[in-house]
Amino acid sequence: MTALVAFEDALTRYDPVMGLEVHVELNTATKMFCSCATTFGAEPNTQVCPVCLGLPGALPVVNAKGVESAIRIGLALNCEIAEWCRFARKNYFYPDMPKNFQTSQYDEPIAFDGYVDLTVPAEDGGEGETYRIEIERAHMEEDTGKSLHVGGATGRIHGASHSLLDYNRAGIPLIEIVTKTIEVPGEKAPAVARAYVNYLRDLMVALDVSDARMDQGSLRADVNLSLKPRGSDVLGTRSETKNVNSFRSVERAVRYEIGRHAGILDAGEKVVQETRHFHEADGSTSAGREKSDAEDYRYFPEPDLAPVAPSREWVEELRRTLPEPPAERRKRLQAEWGFSDLDMRDTVGAGALDLVAATIAAGTTPAAAKKWWLGELARRSNETGTEIAELGITPQQVAEIQGLIDAGRINDKLARSVFDGVLAGEGTPEEVVVSRGLEVVSDDGALSEAVDQAIADNPDVADKIRGGKVQAAGALIGAVMKQMRGQADAARVRELILEKLS
Amino acid sequence: MSSSAISRDDVAHLASLARIDLSEDELDRLGAELPAILEHVKVVQQVAGDDVPAMSHPIPVTNVLRADEVRTGLTPEQALSGAPDAEEQRFSVPQILGEE
Repeated sequence: MTALVAFEDALTRYDPVMGLEVHVELNTATKMFCSCATTFGAEPNTQVCPVCLGLPGALPVVNAKGVESAIRIGLALNCEIAEWCRFARKNYFYPDMPKNFQTSQYDEPIAFDGYVDLTVPAEDGGEGETYRIEIERAHMEEDTGKSLHVGGATGRIHGASHSLLDYNRAGIPLIEIVTKTIEVPGEKAPAVARAYVNYLRDLMVALDVSDARMDQGSLRADVNLSLKPRGSDVLGTRSETKNVNSFRSVERAVRYEIGRHAGILDAGEKVVQETRHFHEADGSTSAGREKSDAEDYRYFPEPDLAPVAPSREWVEELRRTLPEPPAERRKRLQAEWGFSDLDMRDTVGAGALDLVAATIAAGTTPAAAKKWWLGELARRSNETGTEIAELGITPQQVAEIQGLIDAGRINDKLARSVFDGVLAGEGTPEEVVVSRGLEVVSDDGALSEAVDQAIADNPDVADKIRGGKVQAAGALIGAVMKQMRGQADAARVRELILEKLS
Repeated sequence: MSSSAISRDDVAHLASLARIDLSEDELDRLGAELPAILEHVKVVQQVAGDDVPAMSHPIPVTNVLRADEVRTGLTPEQALSGAPDAEEQRFSVPQILGEE
């Protein structure tokens, strides 16, 4: 094996050419060609039927919702939608497909010739750069079954004595989205690849066509990469790194492959056209199978399925259902809210964009919504390892808590106890305030008594204030707060202290 | 494959793709028979002009779609009943050799 070349060094002599293939598993209730359920994590072989098991005589029928989602994805990627297209059989023998072919599309994809414009964030948090990624095609196909390799080390296929197949996933609708070749400045290539996959994830979620969870395999990326010597137009041989399963891994896979290809080319050797596996632990890739030529799959039109010919009326109807593109929505919200780039990135990174938006829509100021979601609630999300959206508190409840603060009924400190109560399932914020007795005391009688006590306990401080050192009042406010378990109206306490000591 | 010339190597390649084990004699015989079949198909191609599109379905229908509604399929017992071997409610298949 030839030595790896450092990424920066490789870029002095070579330019990378990338292509990205992303598989999106649709969130339809049933499979693409049969009515079996698609529930994730079901017991093995409980969501199967003669069609997805490839039993003789079974007749597939296309899922209308799968076609609808495919068209909406195509439109969101600025693609043309085919007026007429067919499915094709991709023939290969492998136990993950019991039919011995995968039903896919070949030369007639449902969507083609699109593009997306994505912004790659600048490393210093400043204004990012925008890149246009051209989309070659998006086509419909089906997922494969899941193999469990038995008898080998750590479930690997090598050394396994036999394999066990669960076909629950076989036949679940997939949309494969293929880019045209992406040529960007080499040093940007890893970040662009990552930003593209991230963009697609956000888009799929906004379209509500997929869970798009990379960790659960409902969004999977293949990274094709080759190098051409600086100044040359001759394309190199590409490798295809399969099933990269996080945004960060997409970035690392591109970096690694650039260094690996450069090492091979520097040594005067030839890059082998093959699939590669990405290893999360060290960010490396290793050889998989050598890539078959396309014709080895002997594609031919699927005779059991009728062609799909979406009417232009249907396509236009679906176009009207498209959400605002995520990047544009973010830009609009950032301007409306007056968030800095960093605020915005933190919000999106915490998975709190929709939550913050809904809280603001419920009447809270952007600053307050940000404070609670990115402070108190993000901290609890981290501590408990729970997605922030799954914490068990709604944007309306957060808005209600802020409303209690604005009305002077609780303060920020007491609000934390209200969050505790709501998250513990003790009811609405209002109910928690009542049941926990959290209301701020602004009744002058009770406050006055506490202030007198604090003055008596802290004669030195009281003298300072009498002498004109008004800022020393903080210590007395603290003492009152302590006495009243945080439930005193701090502003009123301050007024009382200054009145009594002036 | 527009030309009807099929070499013995082509036949061997196709056989391996289709996982068919052919003897030397069979390779020779099929190497002669397959071009004859393609010649027959060529006759059809001559008749079908540019105005006759290729078809992949016998009936000119499009958009045969079904609603996205779950229907009960097979039980695992039924699904596995025809399998030569099963383990842990899964189909057991022999070692997958020489492939990844």
